[in-house]
Amino acid sequence: MLDRYERNVIITALTVSALFIFSIFYALGAKRQDVTECLPYNKTYETARVEQIDGRTYQIFYVARMWNFEPAISYIPVGSEVDLFVTSLDVVHGFNVFDKNVNLMAVPGGVSKTTVKFTEPGVYKIVCHEFCGTGHQNMEAEIIVNYPRK
Amino acid sequence: MQVSRSLRTILLIELFVPILLLTIGIYHGLMQVIYRSGVIQRTSVAGLDYYQGLTLHGVINAIVLTTFFAVAFGHATMFFYTKREPNRTATFLSMLLMVAGTGLAAAAILAGKASVLYTFYPPLKAHPAFYIGTAMLIIGSWIPYLDWIGMYLRWKKENPNESTPVAVIGTLVNFTIWFVCTLAVAYEVLVMLVPWSLGWVQEINIMLARTLFWFFGHALVYFWLLPSYIMFYTMLPKLAGGKLYSGNAGRIAFFIFLILSIPIGVHHQFGDPSIGRGVKITQSILTFGVAIPSFITAFTIAASLEYAARLRGAKGLWSWIWKLPFFRKDVFLFGYLINGLILFIFGGLTGLVNASYSLNNVVHNTSFIPGHFHLTVGGPVFLAILGMSIYMLSQLSGKRIFAPVLNTIVPYLWTVGVLIFSAGLMYGGLIGEPRRTNMGLTYLNPSSEQFNPYWVVSSMLGLAGGGIMFTAGLLYFISFFGTCLRRRSAEPVIDLPVSETLHEERRVPLLDSFRPWLAIMGLIIFLTYAPAISDALNNTNRKAPPYKPTDPVPVVRK
Ligand SMILES: [Cu+2]
Repeated sequence: MLDRYERNVIITALTVSALFIFSIFYALGAKRQDVTECLPYNKTYETARVEQIDGRTYQIFYVARMWNFEPAISYIPVGSEVDLFVTSLDVVHGFNVFDKNVNLMAVPGGVSKTTVKFTEPGVYKIVCHEFCGTGHQNMEAEIIVNYPRK
Repeated sequence: MQVSRSLRTILLIELFVPILLLTIGIYHGLMQVIYRSGVIQRTSVAGLDYYQGLTLHGVINAIVLTTFFAVAFGHATMFFYTKREPNRTATFLSMLLMVAGTGLAAAAILAGKASVLYTFYPPLKAHPAFYIGTAMLIIGSWIPYLDWIGMYLRWKKENPNESTPVAVIGTLVNFTIWFVCTLAVAYEVLVMLVPWSLGWVQEINIMLARTLFWFFGHALVYFWLLPSYIMFYTMLPKLAGGKLYSGNAGRIAFFIFLILSIPIGVHHQFGDPSIGRGVKITQSILTFGVAIPSFITAFTIAASLEYAARLRGAKGLWSWIWKLPFFRKDVFLFGYLINGLILFIFGGLTGLVNASYSLNNVVHNTSFIPGHFHLTVGGPVFLAILGMSIYMLSQLSGKRIFAPVLNTIVPYLWTVGVLIFSAGLMYGGLIGEPRRTNMGLTYLNPSSEQFNPYWVVSSMLGLAGGGIMFTAGLLYFISFFGTCLRRRSAEPVIDLPVSETLHEERRVPLLDSFRPWLAIMGLIIFLTYAPAISDALNNTNRKAPPYKPTDPVPVVRK
């Protein structure tokens, strides 16, 4: 029923798809690349703050609102592992950290969480990348990784 | 085939209205790339704000044009293949609802009261007229679907031993997907957003609204795409001068779309809170399933084109390609369809990048996304709509096409433009350029302290490509509206190109019945979306009041 060409194409299509799906799991397992964790929401996420857990571990609780992020600037030592929590107090905002593949949505009533390690010193810009009203293009924050200086 | 006066008038309205609005849509497309690249550093031009223009661009090009065309083209295929005209009252009522709804939504946007973009994410609030207008457009498009089901069943009864034509299966699959997915957005709009925007309900669950929107929002892209697929299978081989390699391949492709188009919408929400990782990865994997019918299509169409070229005397492993009728005015539709297919190679592959779970972290909501979807909805979808609209206009009005040379080169020029535009946007996305942002005010304004020189090159490429796309659009408008103004020189008809199949094909009952596929569709949707909706409800503890896009203080009504 199938001709030779059709059979070859089906095998090729399935192989390519299998390769893609394998890559997804490889990134997930070996490279520890994952999407936001799913946490139940509570009021404590509505207070913007930076917390030091121990020498190398920090937590930053971001609160987005029209049209800024808090904390606007956070200082983090080189080599620390940082948990980022993001929520919004008004409309939906986006949260993208340059060069770190951190890409979250800030949604009222929900909290996004990811963990990222800063091994290189520098200024890491965060922009809002979801339309959130007429001031959307102003909405930025920074994580400054320079302390302690090497 | 002869067509009655009433059907002819309605189809001509359904083709003319969206192309007329498209002039506004394309103007705002050009304005976007100008604002984004920092050539102008203003909030508005000619009284229209950047985000208002972006809303017009998205709503007109992605919702109005596509829906009107799908309905008009659906009428044409159902009429042409079942040899029966659709119900006159239903057809008229549907057209009326769609035109009135579009007018209402357009008025709200033009008045500056609905600058919420075509995704209208709450808690940004638009004027109720925007939501009601959009709902009228959608409900108007449901009416023909119910009518076509009746036409199909009658045809089946009269032709029990014949395989249903691929075009009829494609049209019915497409509108089944559309009907099911729009139920979710109709619930979001009519039950959640309208009472809330009127102030009758104070607060709504934002994650539920987003999840319902994407239940609709991803299936929407297949609603855009399937009319093009119908043309690829049933017309392109004939236009090339050959035959369709396999009709059953087309039937399989359409039924896979039916079962997998909807249960993958969460892949737009990988960055969202409240939805569990299990749901996200399941829908990511299923998205790869929906790539299979596109692989099938790529093979079947390539084989059909090669066969056509060899009939024209072509030889060699690859050189047969040059025997295809690329620049022939009499088969201009070939140019529209083949360019769409070329763009879709890149569009499909970049779509797989977006759908790849954690890889999505690199590109989500950056300009990579519009770079990608201008290769899909701005590629095969848009080109097939333009080509078929002018083709049907010419037939239904009995007028010869004005400036046929322009009409023939439009798809090539457009393709060059889109390739440059999308390359720029996708490159920008990989270095963090955000989408949907008036970058000329801040990030690409050298006098702003937020200026970011990294995005100069990428947004300039976007400007160059966008300029070429705009030019192609202008040439098309000259040809389309020029045709409208001509005198009638022939009898009005609908005659679609029909590809015969290469091999004799027996009727396969499984590929000629909707029931088993509908059952699988329902089951998969339930299994994937019940947990997604339950997550959105259970993990979201705070509801949100409405906000105007201009004001950080919520709208409160006493
Ligand atoms: Cu924002």
